[in-house]
Amino acid sequence: MSNIEVGKSDGLKFVGSRPIRHDGLEKVTGQARYGADINLPQMLYGKILRSPYAHARIKSIDFSRALALEGVQAVVTSADLPRPWLTGEMEIDPKLVNTKFASNNVLAGEKVLYQGHAVAAVAASNVYIAEKALDLIDVSYEILPTILDVMQSIEIDAEVIHDGMFPYPKSDLIASKFNSSLINNFRSGMSNNREGDDSKWSNIAGYYIQEIGDLDRGFAEADVVVEREYNTGSVHQGYIEPHSATAIWNRDGKVTIWCSSQGHFGMRDQTAQVVGISSSDIKVIPMEIGGGFGGKTTVYLEPVVAMLSKKTGRPVKITMTRQEVFEGTGPTLGSYMKVKIGATNDGMITAAQALLAYEAGAFPGSPVNMGAQCIFAPYDIPNGKVEGFDILVNKPKVAAYRAPGAPAAAFAGETVIDELSSKLNIDPLLFRLKNSAKEGTRRISGPVFPRIGFLETVEASRSHPHYLSDFGGPNRGRGVAAGFWFNGSGPSSVIVNANADGTVSLIEGSPDIGGTRVAVAMHVAEVLGIPIADVHPSIGDTDSIGFTSMTGGSSVAFKTGWAAYQAAQDLKKQMIDELLTYGM
Amino acid sequence: MSEKVHIETNINGSQVEFLCEPRQSLLEVLRDVLDMTGTKEGCNDGNCGACTVIVDDRIIDSCLMLAVESQGKKLTTIEGVAYTDRLHPLQQAFLENAALQCGICTPGFIVAAKALLDREPDADEGRIRQWLAGNLCRCTGYDKIVRAVLAAKETMKNE
Repeated sequence: MSNIEVGKSDGLKFVGSRPIRHDGLEKVTGQARYGADINLPQMLYGKILRSPYAHARIKSIDFSRALALEGVQAVVTSADLPRPWLTGEMEIDPKLVNTKFASNNVLAGEKVLYQGHAVAAVAASNVYIAEKALDLIDVSYEILPTILDVMQSIEIDAEVIHDGMFPYPKSDLIASKFNSSLINNFRSGMSNNREGDDSKWSNIAGYYIQEIGDLDRGFAEADVVVEREYNTGSVHQGYIEPHSATAIWNRDGKVTIWCSSQGHFGMRDQTAQVVGISSSDIKVIPMEIGGGFGGKTTVYLEPVVAMLSKKTGRPVKITMTRQEVFEGTGPTLGSYMKVKIGATNDGMITAAQALLAYEAGAFPGSPVNMGAQCIFAPYDIPNGKVEGFDILVNKPKVAAYRAPGAPAAAFAGETVIDELSSKLNIDPLLFRLKNSAKEGTRRISGPVFPRIGFLETVEASRSHPHYLSDFGGPNRGRGVAAGFWFNGSGPSSVIVNANADGTVSLIEGSPDIGGTRVAVAMHVAEVLGIPIADVHPSIGDTDSIGFTSMTGGSSVAFKTGWAAYQAAQDLKKQMIDELLTYGM
Repeated sequence: MSEKVHIETNINGSQVEFLCEPRQSLLEVLRDVLDMTGTKEGCNDGNCGACTVIVDDRIIDSCLMLAVESQGKKLTTIEGVAYTDRLHPLQQAFLENAALQCGICTPGFIVAAKALLDREPDADEGRIRQWLAGNLCRCTGYDKIVRAVLAAKETMKNE
C-alpha cells in the first residue's frame, strides 16, 4: 500500500463518478429483500412479552396456560439461556460488557430494567395465536422505584439498578450529604474501594477523565468566563424498517439466521455469546437493511428466534412492531452536561472544562468516553479538563447513533462558545478561527492532529454567500457550530473473481446501508479499468466471506474500499502473471 | 381461529383470489399470504407510507385497509409499476437521480408518485411535495426524490 497516495484524485476514471447503484433496480421494483421479507416453509411466528414496568423484580413466570393454547409451539425465557455467571465460569468486571448483560438485555433475568424489556417469547403457527398466548403468560412482579435520568440516578438513596458498579464509600456518602453539589456526588461514587461492608453500590458504571495544562491558571487568565448546564433527552434512531429476525436451529446443531443489520458478523458473535454455542456454528445471512443509523448493531431478536427454533425444530420469525422498536431497542443517550469556558478580551480561549453525565440505559456502556474526546476537539485548548460519567437509568440500553456521544457534547460546548463570542462581541466564525485546532494541536485527550482542514473550512465559510447574505425577511437567523468525529475502522474482507466474459464478481462482508456496494465496486473498476457496471457486488453471508467489522463510523468506503483495491491489484497481478507464463 | 373469507380482487392486472381472516390488513395479506413483499411495513399505523398501494386510483396505506375491503377492487403495488420490457419512468428517474438510500421507503414513494402523475400529469414541485407528505424517508433524501418525480414527469409527457 505504500505506493498509494491517499487523497489523490488526479487521473481517476471511476472513483468520483456518479453511476447508477447496483442495488437500485431491486429497490425500485420491490424485489429487494429486507429483514422481514423472508418466509420459509413450516415457519412459525414469534411474539415477545414485554415488561409494563420500568423497574421490577421478576418473582415468577408461569407460561403453562400459554403453552396449552392450541397452535402454540414453544415459550422461552431467560431460564432457557445458558447462565455461565451462575456457575462461576464467567469472572469479569461487571462494569464492562459481559455475557450476563448481553443475555439479560435479550430476555430479562432477575429484574426487568425498562418498560418494554423482553420477558418471554412465544412461537405459534400464526402471529395472532402468538399474541393471544402472551396474554396467558402470568408474570408476578415486585415493582421497584424507577430511575429515569442521571440526576435521579446519582442521588445517594437512589435505587441501585445493578450491584457491582462503582461503590459510594460510607464516609464520602455522608460527606456528600452535606455538600450535595453534583460534582461531589459523582466523585464520591468514583472511589475504587469495592471491599467490605463500608460501601453502597452506586449507579455509576464508568468514569473518564482527560486533562491538559493547568486549569486553575487558565481560568485565572480569562477576562470572561461562561458556565452553563444542559440536559438533552434520549432520541431514537427511528429507522423505517423494524427489527426482524428469522432462524432455523438445525438437527446438526448448526443455526442459520436471516436478519438485517449493520454487521452480520457482530450479530453472529453476539448471538453465539447469548445462546452459548460457537460462532462458527451460526451462519447469518444478511438481508437488505432499511436504515440503522447505529441502532442495528446489537442483537435483540436473533438469540430469541434461535432458541424458539431449537425448541420447535422449525424456522421461527419475529418482527417487531413500531412500538416495540421504540420501547425495546436502543435510543441515543440522554444527558446532563456542565460546560465552562474562559477567554481573554481579544478572543483567545484560556481554559475549558466539561462534565458529561450520559445515560447508559439499563446496562453499562454509554458512549460518554467518545463524547468526552469530542467536545473541545475543534479548538486549541491550552488548559482543559473533561470528565465523563456513564450512568445507569431505567431505559433501554443506549445504542450507537450517528457519531455516538458527540452531538450532545457538541451542542453543549458550541452553545457556550457562541455565548462567549457574543459577550466578547466577536464574530462567531472569527472566534472559532482564532481558536481553531490545526496541524500539530494536541487534543485534551492526547492525540496530536495531522492536517485537518478546519482553519481552511472556517476561512471559506466567512466569505461564503450563505454567511453574508441578507436574511430577506423577519424571524430568520443564522448560526454556526463546529464538531469533531474520529470515524472508525476495522477488518474488512472482499473476494473478487474474474468471469470469462471480462466482468468481475465482488463479494464483500460489509452490509450496504447507503450505497457502499457501488463505492467499493468503484475501487475494483478503477484498478482493472473496466466499467463500474461490469463489477457485480454482493454481500456475502458469514460462511462465504471473511470476518468484516460492522458498517458504522463512516468506515466502509474506506476499509472495504481498501480491501477491494488490494484484491483487485492481486487479481490484476495474477492475470498478468498468467499471460507472462502462457503467452497471449 | 376465526373463519376465513374468500376474496377476489385484481392486483397489477391479474385476477387474484385469496383466503384471509376478517381482521387481516391488506398489507398483511399482500406480504404474508401472497408473498408480495415489495410493499413494506414501517409503522403499521398509517404514519410512514412505506406500505402505499393504489386502490381504484386512490393511494392508501395498506396497513389501514382490511384485506376483505379489496373485494372487487383494482390494486396496484410496486410489483406492478414496471413495464414488461423496461422500468417505469419513475423507477428509472429514481435510479438516475440517486433518489434512494436504504430503499425501504422507495416502493411507497414510487407508488404514491405514480398515482399523482397518472391523475395530474402537470403536477408542479409544490404539488409533488404536498402529495408525498404522507411518505417518510428517514435517510432524508426528500430533495432527490422530488427531483426524480419532476424528471419522470417530463419523460412521461414525451411518451
